[in-house]
Amino acid sequence: MPELVKVGMADYKVGCAPATLISYGLGSCIGISIYDPQTKIGGLLHIMLPDSTQSRANENRAKFADTGIPDMVDEIVAKGASRSRLVAKLAGGSQMFVFASASDIMSVGKRNAAAAKEKLQEMKIPIVAEDTGGNYGRTVQIDLSTGVYKVKTIDKADKEF
Amino acid sequence: MSDDVANLSVAQMDALREIGNVGAGNSATALSQIINRRIDMEVPRVSVVPLDDVPELVGGPEVMVVGVFLRVYGKAPSNILFLLPKESAFYLVDMLMGKKHGETMTLDFMDQSALMEIGNILSGAYLNALFNFTNISLLPSIPALAMDMAGAILSVVLVQLGQMGDHALVIETEFKTEDDGIKGHFFLVPDPGSLDKILSAVGVE
Repeated sequence: MPELVKVGMADYKVGCAPATLISYGLGSCIGISIYDPQTKIGGLLHIMLPDSTQSRANENRAKFADTGIPDMVDEIVAKGASRSRLVAKLAGGSQMFVFASASDIMSVGKRNAAAAKEKLQEMKIPIVAEDTGGNYGRTVQIDLSTGVYKVKTIDKADKEF
Repeated sequence: MSDDVANLSVAQMDALREIGNVGAGNSATALSQIINRRIDMEVPRVSVVPLDDVPELVGGPEVMVVGVFLRVYGKAPSNILFLLPKESAFYLVDMLMGKKHGETMTLDFMDQSALMEIGNILSGAYLNALFNFTNISLLPSIPALAMDMAGAILSVVLVQLGQMGDHALVIETEFKTEDDGIKGHFFLVPDPGSLDKILSAVGVE
């Protein structure tokens, strides 16, 4: 039985095959997986917010897209992955409740997705798959032996990419 | 400055528990009258927990729940989230709509509207009690409803708290009908700045 590693909110985990990294019940949060297909080393990051500079409590760097992504990449590379081979897949960023007046906080999912993509582009890590937006929760997992990223929802078919 | 909720005194926690008690008691009475059943209420839990642990309070992040969310406006802005396990929500709809137990299998537009109205009534009862206790007048927004994983639904309130700290103060009450058919969790989650106002209104700064 391969190891199943749980990644909590505002946290990331780095590992290698045959482990699977999983994060349950994402709403507006984003699950970002970064993976080196050759060494089969990768990580899963569960961010809550787009930008650490906009927040009063930014000690936990894994909470934010702009600080969590570089931290996780450093750790993946330190474990022996090649920086140039890394690819990213991401899912989440939904809006769970729809109000007539779309306030800032209600659209945080959209802003999370935009910030994550911007940071990955800036770091020149190609985004090979993405499933963001919508109004439903997701459970995401990456199997580090294959690099397959799986997205589960309550009433839609599982997606794998 | 962050995580000021981690340093609450015993007296402050007691005061918040009493607020939860009075508020949820009022809500439970309202619900009891609507569905004409006795409602048992647990002593409210006032807890300061790491954000990641909040979904565990309702059984874990992947549990299927129906959530009614209301934003609370006024001097102490807060969020209210009324969470029911899926089965409880369906049973409650059976009662409200005069159907047989087990008849509701999905939530149509009318069912959703009925549950939102329940969220509305319970919140109104809760906030009324809070007003009597603190003299802080609070108004709920129109309700919004979602049926999904508990973690995803709770993230709506957790994200706001995440901007200010790594812990959540939740005033949470569990109540159930005497036959255990309906269980619900009522969460009042004050915005970070609101907590001081509520505490000073009841004299435990």
